[in-house]
Amino acid sequence: MCGIIGVIDRSRQRMDGTGIRSALSRMDERGSGEGAGYAAYGAFPDYKEYYALHVFFDNPHETKPLVEDELSKWGTVEYQEAIPTFEQANIRKLHIPWRFFFKPDIHLMPRSITPADDIVTHLVMKINSSIPGALVYSSGKDLAVFKASGWPEEVADFYRIQDYKGYLWLGHNRYPTNTPGWWGGAHPFNLLHWSVVHNGEITSYGTNRRYIESYGYRCSMFTDTEVVAYLFDLLIRRHGLSIETAVKALAPPFWDEIDRMPNREQEIMRAIRLTYGPALMNGPFAIVVANHDSMVGLPTGSNSGPLCPGNQVHGSTYPAKKRRYGPWIPGWVTSPCRGPENRSLGGHSNEHRERPAPIPHQRGP
Amino acid sequence: MSIGSVPLRYRISVDRDQCMLCGRCVDSCPYGVFRKEGEQIHVNSRVCVACHRCISMCPRDAISLVERPVDYRSHPIWTPQVREAIYNQARTGKIILSGMGNAQDYPVIFDRLVLDACQVTNPSIDPLREPMELRTYLGKKPSHLNFKTVEGDTVLQTILSPNLMLETPIMIGHMSYGAISLNAQQSLARAVTECGTFMGTGEGGLHESLYPFQDHMIVQVASGRFGVDINYLERGAAIEIKIGQGAKPGIGGHLPGEKVCADVSCTRMIPEGSDAISPAPHHDIYSIEDLKQLVRSLKEATEWKKPVFVKIAAVHNSAAIAAGIARSSADAVVIDGFRGGTGAAPRVFRDHVGIPIEAAVASVDAKLRSQGIRNEVSIIASGGIRESADVAKVIALGADAVYIGTAALVAMGCRVCGTCYKGLCPWGIATQRPDLVARLDPDYASVNVANLIHAWTLELSELMGAAGINSIESLRGNRDRLRGYLLDENIMKVLDIKTVGA
Repeated sequence: MCGIIGVIDRSRQRMDGTGIRSALSRMDERGSGEGAGYAAYGAFPDYKEYYALHVFFDNPHETKPLVEDELSKWGTVEYQEAIPTFEQANIRKLHIPWRFFFKPDIHLMPRSITPADDIVTHLVMKINSSIPGALVYSSGKDLAVFKASGWPEEVADFYRIQDYKGYLWLGHNRYPTNTPGWWGGAHPFNLLHWSVVHNGEITSYGTNRRYIESYGYRCSMFTDTEVVAYLFDLLIRRHGLSIETAVKALAPPFWDEIDRMPNREQEIMRAIRLTYGPALMNGPFAIVVANHDSMVGLPTGSNSGPLCPGNQVHGSTYPAKKRRYGPWIPGWVTSPCRGPENRSLGGHSNEHRERPAPIPHQRGP
Repeated sequence: MSIGSVPLRYRISVDRDQCMLCGRCVDSCPYGVFRKEGEQIHVNSRVCVACHRCISMCPRDAISLVERPVDYRSHPIWTPQVREAIYNQARTGKIILSGMGNAQDYPVIFDRLVLDACQVTNPSIDPLREPMELRTYLGKKPSHLNFKTVEGDTVLQTILSPNLMLETPIMIGHMSYGAISLNAQQSLARAVTECGTFMGTGEGGLHESLYPFQDHMIVQVASGRFGVDINYLERGAAIEIKIGQGAKPGIGGHLPGEKVCADVSCTRMIPEGSDAISPAPHHDIYSIEDLKQLVRSLKEATEWKKPVFVKIAAVHNSAAIAAGIARSSADAVVIDGFRGGTGAAPRVFRDHVGIPIEAAVASVDAKLRSQGIRNEVSIIASGGIRESADVAKVIALGADAVYIGTAALVAMGCRVCGTCYKGLCPWGIATQRPDLVARLDPDYASVNVANLIHAWTLELSELMGAAGINSIESLRGNRDRLRGYLLDENIMKVLDIKTVGA
């Protein structure tokens, strides 16, 4: 189970966390009170140029110096702080959440087209796999992730997300099966600019994980969702695919459909499936993925709960809950979505453009 | 003779009350077990090989067969097989020949692996209601794609190498004309064409009567280069260089002159009646660079239109060898496990050299992944694939597709008697004697083989559906969906799987 939701303001007006908190807590019956989380894009306007590394420390006195040491090898920390938290009756503070605003020294990664991103990815993989007691759970710029074990409203209050503003929010209410009660196992999962919330199970996880690990990524969160963030990073940042193409690679049409496509389209789709077969995500699930400029819904699995896109703005596994957004975004509509939905920001304009779903298909009935 | 005769291996007996003296057994047995004298069938059990041809042809079920009717004094080390091999070699001073696959009592890893199925958290898929994709592409694949946008249109810039398209990941391995009969090859060829998959020609050339099926045939280039010319290469859907064979790693092949009839001689392009000897190494390959040159020569000769596969026997170092092959222009690596069958192999090789396919595929897949080149080359597993569950398991361990050999022959009647090297196959499969070959009717045998591939394909879709997977690429290398049952920790480490319950 699990409930997921994403909301985006196309004019990049920042909204505080009140709305997503109340929307997500309406989906409490899809969770178990063992994990919830939020992601906010546009959260740190003062530190926009810095990578906001969010770290869970089991014991900052022991492990923070090790993390700082690792960071100092690759760049400078502009500012750091313990993330403010506020005691909640049902949340045991098992970890100390910390954030570093970090600037990598790009000269240390020559011959890369995205040296800063490569350095940060390397640091995330290195710290998570080699420093026990420290877990980097978010690493993008101008982007905050809040997660813990508890009900959505408790986690929101624990971090007081109403004090943060973002133009794009993701929310996730967890009903855990793999790793109950582990903060690192709560969604959203993040790597650099990509954040993921996920409902369901990825039956191809073993294949996806081995594929992504052969490119140097390390899966350290003991759950299938993190591969989605890494796959988006690999396909889009490192292989230079467009979001539309990456989505086609992860959730391609069936061969029967491809065989019926016009020649040029067929050639492209065949090449995508041949090249990115191991990246194909199989199983019953609904996923919302976001970066700074867009949000993509992937309701790819057969039998999965529907992802319902509202008017140009958001996807959720449970349509009724969107009513909470009524006051915010007048004129929303819900309809069961049958294919990957891509909602992009048209630059910084205020224009609300309607775009058709780019890939009208799904893997399933 | 001081050693005397060894005890009978099989005793044949005929139930006189049932027998109606029709003589079918006499006609069936090319080894001469039966003879009719007056009103009685007489039996010489000593020449029997347990091929079951007489039993399957007897209209009265009058014939019965008992294995090892005479006991040796039992001993755990000095088994009857060991003793008989010594008697045999003491008499002859020769290498012992054997047929079919490894007959040693090694544990079968496949039988210690169990597959996963969905419950609650991930609903299973019903293949009767929903699409299930087994389509498999074999060949080189790019590591990534480059696109360019031209006037708003996305244009693919990467040029893809030709791939073979299979409707099911089950192919039939290389068994040459010579080793098996033309009727057997025709039956297999018709079956793969019907099923949308491929078969190998073996190192025996491509007989003219198989030209109609050439789009489903993979032509082999082995160390003897029999039957190889430009016509042969151009007719194949793909080309396979055979370096080694699972049943006899490290040695070559030998087709005895008696099997080289006029037709075989034309197809192999060798004189009639001459022995066809394939040397152990290719005389132009002394290291991996030479292999790369041969791959490129074959590609040049066929204008880079055909995928080129390289087949190696599964040996201790096959992972590193496969990584070297992947770096040449080769499109696929075929790995032949030590259970792979053969028409004839020295017994000592068949039973003692090489490693099982399960471990070989797992280590090759892991090695290619660690070097970041796994998806650029295909892995074909062969040698000891007995049922659809083995196909699912070996794909989950990392293979793209499989070759079956013995299973396809069994579908045509083969009883796995292991006497292929005598050239007297009573089922018309591993023989060139016209009267025996005529026993195999391609009209029927091809249907049997196609039925087998269909049945396995259906079972594979059901297994995938139960695991919540609807595309074969999501099963490939998905070792999370396997568990080891009573396998030791070291093997599980090699296979990269967990134990049951974990």
